[in-house]
Amino acid sequence: MAEPLANAASSSDGVRAALARTPTVRSRYESVVKGLLFAAAAVSVLTTIAIVYSLFRETVNFFDEVPIGDYLFGDKWTPLLNGDQQSFGVLPLIWGTLYLSLIGLAVAVPLGLLCAIYLSEYASPRVRKTIKPVLELLAGVPTIVFGFFALTFFTPEVLRGLVGLDIGTFNALGAGIVLGFLVLPTIASVAEDAMTAVPRALREGAFGLGANKRQVALRVVFPAALSGIVAALVLGASRAIGETVIILVAGGTVARLSVDPTEGFQSMAAYIAFVSRGEASTGSIEYLTLFAVGLTLFVMTLVLNIVSIRLVNKYRQVYD
Amino acid sequence: MATGAQIAQRATQRARLEEGHAQGRTTSAVFNGLMYGAVAISVLALAVLLYEVIKDGASAVDPQFFQNQPSKVRPETAGAQSAIYGTLWLMAITAAIVIPLGVATALYLEEYADRTRWWNRMIEVNIQNLAAVPSVVYGILGLAFFVRAPLDLGSVLLAGGMTLALLVLPVVIIVSREAIRAVPPSIREGSLALGATQWQTIARQVLPASIPGIATGVILALSRAIGETAPLLLIGAAASPRFNPEGLDSAFTALPVQILTWTTDADQESFLPLAAAAILVLMAVLLAMNSVAIFLRNRYEQKW
Repeated sequence: MAEPLANAASSSDGVRAALARTPTVRSRYESVVKGLLFAAAAVSVLTTIAIVYSLFRETVNFFDEVPIGDYLFGDKWTPLLNGDQQSFGVLPLIWGTLYLSLIGLAVAVPLGLLCAIYLSEYASPRVRKTIKPVLELLAGVPTIVFGFFALTFFTPEVLRGLVGLDIGTFNALGAGIVLGFLVLPTIASVAEDAMTAVPRALREGAFGLGANKRQVALRVVFPAALSGIVAALVLGASRAIGETVIILVAGGTVARLSVDPTEGFQSMAAYIAFVSRGEASTGSIEYLTLFAVGLTLFVMTLVLNIVSIRLVNKYRQVYD
Repeated sequence: MATGAQIAQRATQRARLEEGHAQGRTTSAVFNGLMYGAVAISVLALAVLLYEVIKDGASAVDPQFFQNQPSKVRPETAGAQSAIYGTLWLMAITAAIVIPLGVATALYLEEYADRTRWWNRMIEVNIQNLAAVPSVVYGILGLAFFVRAPLDLGSVLLAGGMTLALLVLPVVIIVSREAIRAVPPSIREGSLALGATQWQTIARQVLPASIPGIATGVILALSRAIGETAPLLLIGAAASPRFNPEGLDSAFTALPVQILTWTTDADQESFLPLAAAAILVLMAVLLAMNSVAIFLRNRYEQKW
C-alpha cells in the first residue's frame, strides 16, 4: 500500500514539476515565434530605409558635380548630351510629369467620378456585379499594354485618323489620355467605396424632403463623401505621377517646358527607365541623375501619399 | 374663402413648381446621359484595347512563338521562350519570398502588435506609404542595393525576384490582414480556453481559416508583379536573350520587358505582331490568375 502511494506522490511531483517547467518552455517558444513575426514586419521598414539610403547615397555624389541650385531651378534638362550642351535643370522633367498627369486626370477624374456615382447610387446590384469586375480588369491590365495601345492604336488611329490631328508619333495627348484610362479604375473604386460608406439615413432624409435621385447623389452623398473622394483623386494623381512605361513608350524622350500637347514630353519616371535601358556605367553622371531624379519623384509621391492617408483617416472617423 | 388674387397666386406657384420640376428633369436627364456615357467609355476602352491586341497578335501566337527564342532582327522566326521562362522563374522567386514575409507581417500586426506602441503604428503607416511608392523607385532600390553593392548580385533573376517581392509585399500584407481580421475572436477564445498557446491558436485555427483570403491576396499581388516592366528595366533585364534562365544567378528577361523591346524596336512594324502576341499570352495568364482568385473568394467565403 505504501509503495503505490509513494509512486502517486512522486508522479504527482513529476506532473507538478512538468507543469512548472512547461510554461517556461512554452513561453520561450512563444516569444521566439513572436520575434520571428516581428522580424518579418521589420522588413517593410528596412525596405523604406533601403530606398531612402540608396537614393541619398548617390544623390549626394550627384550634387558634388552639379550645384543644387542649377538642378532645382535650371530650365534645361539635357544630361545625355556632351560638353557645353549638357544641362541638369530638373524643371522640364517635373513639368512634363505634371503636365502628362494633368491630361490623364482630366480624363480620369470626370469619368472615374461619374462611374463611381453610377455604381454607388444608380446601378442595380446585378448591373453593379457586371460593371465592377470590368473596371477591376481594366485596373489589372499591365501598363506596358496601355503603352502599346497608345503607340499603335490611340495616337495613329484615333487622334490622327478619327480626330484628324496633325500629331507626332510621340505626344503628350495620346500618352496622357491613355494614362487617364489607367488611373480611372483607381479613382472610381476608391470614390465608390467612400460614397457607399455614406449612411442610408442621409439619403432617406433627403428623399423625404422631396429631393430627386440626382440631387441626393450630387448634393448629399457626394459632399458627405468628399474627403474620401479627394483621397481618391490624390491617390490617382500619385499613380499618374509615378507611371513609367506608358510615357516611356508613347510620350517621347524630350524634356520640355511647353504646353503644346501635340509635342512629345518626358516625365521623371520615364526618364529613369529610359536612361536605365541604355548603358549608364556606375558612377557616371548619367548614372547619378537616376538617383537625383528618383529622389525628387519619391519625395513628390510621398507628400501626396501622406495627404491621401490623412484624408482617408479623417473621413473614416466620420462614419465608422 | 380664397380671394381671386390668392387663387391666381397659387396658380403661378404651381406653374413655377412645375416649371422647376421640368427643369430638374432636364438636368437629371443630362446628368444621366453623362453618367451612362462615362460608364460606356470606360467599358469601351477595355473592349477596344482587347480587340486591338487580339487583332494584331492572334496570328502570331503559334507553336513557334513558344518554342523559339527572341530576336531583334528576324521577326519571322522569333519567339518568346526565354521571356516566358523568365516570367515563370520570377513568379516562383517572388512568391517564395513574399508569401512568408507578407503573411508573417500580417500575423504580427493583427495578432501580436500592441497598437498603442509607436513602433507598431510606424510599421502600419510605413506599409501604407510603401504601397504607393512608384514601381520605378523600387527598380532604383533593386539596382542600388541588390544588383550593385551592398549585395552585388548582378543583373540576375534573384535580384529581379527580390525587387518584385518587395514591390508587392504591401499588397500581400494588406489583404492578408483583412483575411486574418475576418476570423472571429470566438475561434481564438475557444482555442485559448482549451489550453492552446497563442501560436498554437494562430497556427492551427486562425491561419487555416484565413488561407482562402490570403491566397486571393497572393494571387492578386503576383498578377501585379507579372505585369511590371519598369523595375526590371532598372535591374537590367537583358534585351532578348537567346537562352532560358538556368538558376537564381542567371541573366533573364520577362514578358513585359520583351513586349517593350518589340514595341519600341527600330524596325517596329514587323515586330508589332510579336509584341501583341506576347501581350495576349501575358493577358491570358493574368486572366487565369484573376479567375482563380475570384473562384477562391467565392468558393471559400465563410459566414461565421
